[in-house]
Amino acid sequence: MAAPLSVEVEFGGGAELLFDGVKKHQVTLPGQEEPWDIRNLLVWIKKNLLKERPELFIQGDSVRPGILVLINDADWELLSKHGVTADKELQSQSQRLHREDKWT
Amino acid sequence: MCQVGEDYGEPAPREPPPAPRPSREHKCVKCKEAQPVVVIRAGDAFCRDCFKAFYIHKFRAMLGKNRLIFPGEKVLLAWSGGPSSSSMVRQVLEGLSQDSAKRLRFVPGVIFIDEGAACGRSPEERAKTLAEVKPILQAIGFPWHVVALEEVFSLPPSVLRCSSQEPAAPDGAYKAAVDNFLQQQHVLGAGGGPGLAHGEEPLPQPRAQSAWDLQSLVRPPAAAQTEALSHLFCSVRTLTAKEELLQTLRVHLILHVARAHGYSKVMTGDSCTRLAIKLMTNLALGRGAFLAWDTGFSDERHGDVVVVRPMREHTLKEVAFYNRLFSVPSVFTPAVDTKAPEKASIHRLMEAFILRLQIQFPSTVSTVYRTSEKLAKAPRDGPAAGTCGPRCLLCMCTLDVDTADSATAFGVQTASHLSQIQSPTPLTETGTPQGLCCSPGGASRREDPQACIAEQLCYGCRVNMKDLPSLEPLPPYILAEAQLRTQRAWVLAELRDCLIEDSEDEVGQS
Repeated sequence: MAAPLSVEVEFGGGAELLFDGVKKHQVTLPGQEEPWDIRNLLVWIKKNLLKERPELFIQGDSVRPGILVLINDADWELLSKHGVTADKELQSQSQRLHREDKWT
Repeated sequence: MCQVGEDYGEPAPREPPPAPRPSREHKCVKCKEAQPVVVIRAGDAFCRDCFKAFYIHKFRAMLGKNRLIFPGEKVLLAWSGGPSSSSMVRQVLEGLSQDSAKRLRFVPGVIFIDEGAACGRSPEERAKTLAEVKPILQAIGFPWHVVALEEVFSLPPSVLRCSSQEPAAPDGAYKAAVDNFLQQQHVLGAGGGPGLAHGEEPLPQPRAQSAWDLQSLVRPPAAAQTEALSHLFCSVRTLTAKEELLQTLRVHLILHVARAHGYSKVMTGDSCTRLAIKLMTNLALGRGAFLAWDTGFSDERHGDVVVVRPMREHTLKEVAFYNRLFSVPSVFTPAVDTKAPEKASIHRLMEAFILRLQIQFPSTVSTVYRTSEKLAKAPRDGPAAGTCGPRCLLCMCTLDVDTADSATAFGVQTASHLSQIQSPTPLTETGTPQGLCCSPGGASRREDPQACIAEQLCYGCRVNMKDLPSLEPLPPYILAEAQLRTQRAWVLAELRDCLIEDSEDEVGQS
């Protein structure tokens, strides 16, 4: 049984367009049976924060290829992706690799 | 690897077990001390400081090994507001302010192009973006230019003409230039004052405010031009063609500004990922002949202005992490393909393909990149064709369509097929004056402006033009230059008929 969890979620690089242009979201994840991990968090984000075009953000049970996820300013690949449990303040940032440079 | 005679009867071998994933518990692979923050390439975990050193070193090495930018040269940085070009600008900024031994030595300027009209943005949205852009430009401190894409309607046709190619500097020239420059600095420094010479252009210090800073978009573009640009892009049928057209116009505009202000080099922030996607996309677009120019480190097709791509070894992931960890400011502006579905254009499709493949095979992008490094720029007919042969009107690459060659003759067929689709009275329909494109005497040729222009384009540009139902919305400089070339070709053809052929005479008399 996981207690409610306070988390700051930040979107950038164009991803914020899918969230009404809002970059930073301070959210409180509700208490639930299983501990919170990134996979659950993504599902929660899709259900509660995402405003449009889910296919541009989520693919399957992960983010769309091209989107980077940082947890407390560190690469999520260092934390074995979904398996990490979020136990304290967790900051996740998705940067959409969308047209990073328009001169191409 | 495939071999002749290999037996494929067995089922495919199972995938080798994945390499152990780097984790937070491990240490940085470089210094072996600090906690890693980012995973680069297939599995190297770097700590913050090692990552910074690695990133900066790549940038400096890319410039250093190519030795194309001479000390004191004026270089225009093409800044789109996006992460890659923002990172590039930051690298230049830091590189210019280092100790004298390793300092970058060129003279930079920055250009930002407001493409809002082509992307359907409202004047308020564009003003909002510009309000974010200007403080960043001012903080950078280099001379900056903010130009609206609408300015293409005021470009002169000379933009499309390739200036004479400067002969390649001999090998020793770069080193000699650097030594010379250092000596000058040393002498002037000894004379009094740290490095700042009298009567010489001062090297830009970050935050120096000079008269150059005030070149800017003081007034918004004329509403008529905005309307015309908007109309042009709305008339393009496919997103693929729109993106290509946008790119073409953008390049012309940057070229013009560079020439007008004396810049001999333009730096663009194309990252490794973007170039890998671009390489594959251009293959699909029929631009395979020009891959070396489109994706290589340097692009000299314009002659006097050379485009360089110093970020071409940095992947988008590295760029994004660097910008995040070291607070590089960037401005996100929606583009023509923002939020477009995956199959909306060839560019989108290829991007999705490459990025998806990269997830499963993390060496995808670097493999494509390494392949692109091997592409050579040998001209078709050997060194003699180094001077300006016939060039594509839009992309300014040497024309790759040869009517005698069966493979590319398809391009000619497409053009004539296109002219059949066009209604029989194209001139009056488009309202262009008689003889816009075709000479009055060219009776054998169908008087069709679209077919006339198509003949002056390379295969890739021809295919793009097919998605433009009418030429009328194109900026005037393109149509004017096309007309000029057609008339010139006609005059040459007429003259050729009048010339006495020596060989024929001899044959006749023998």
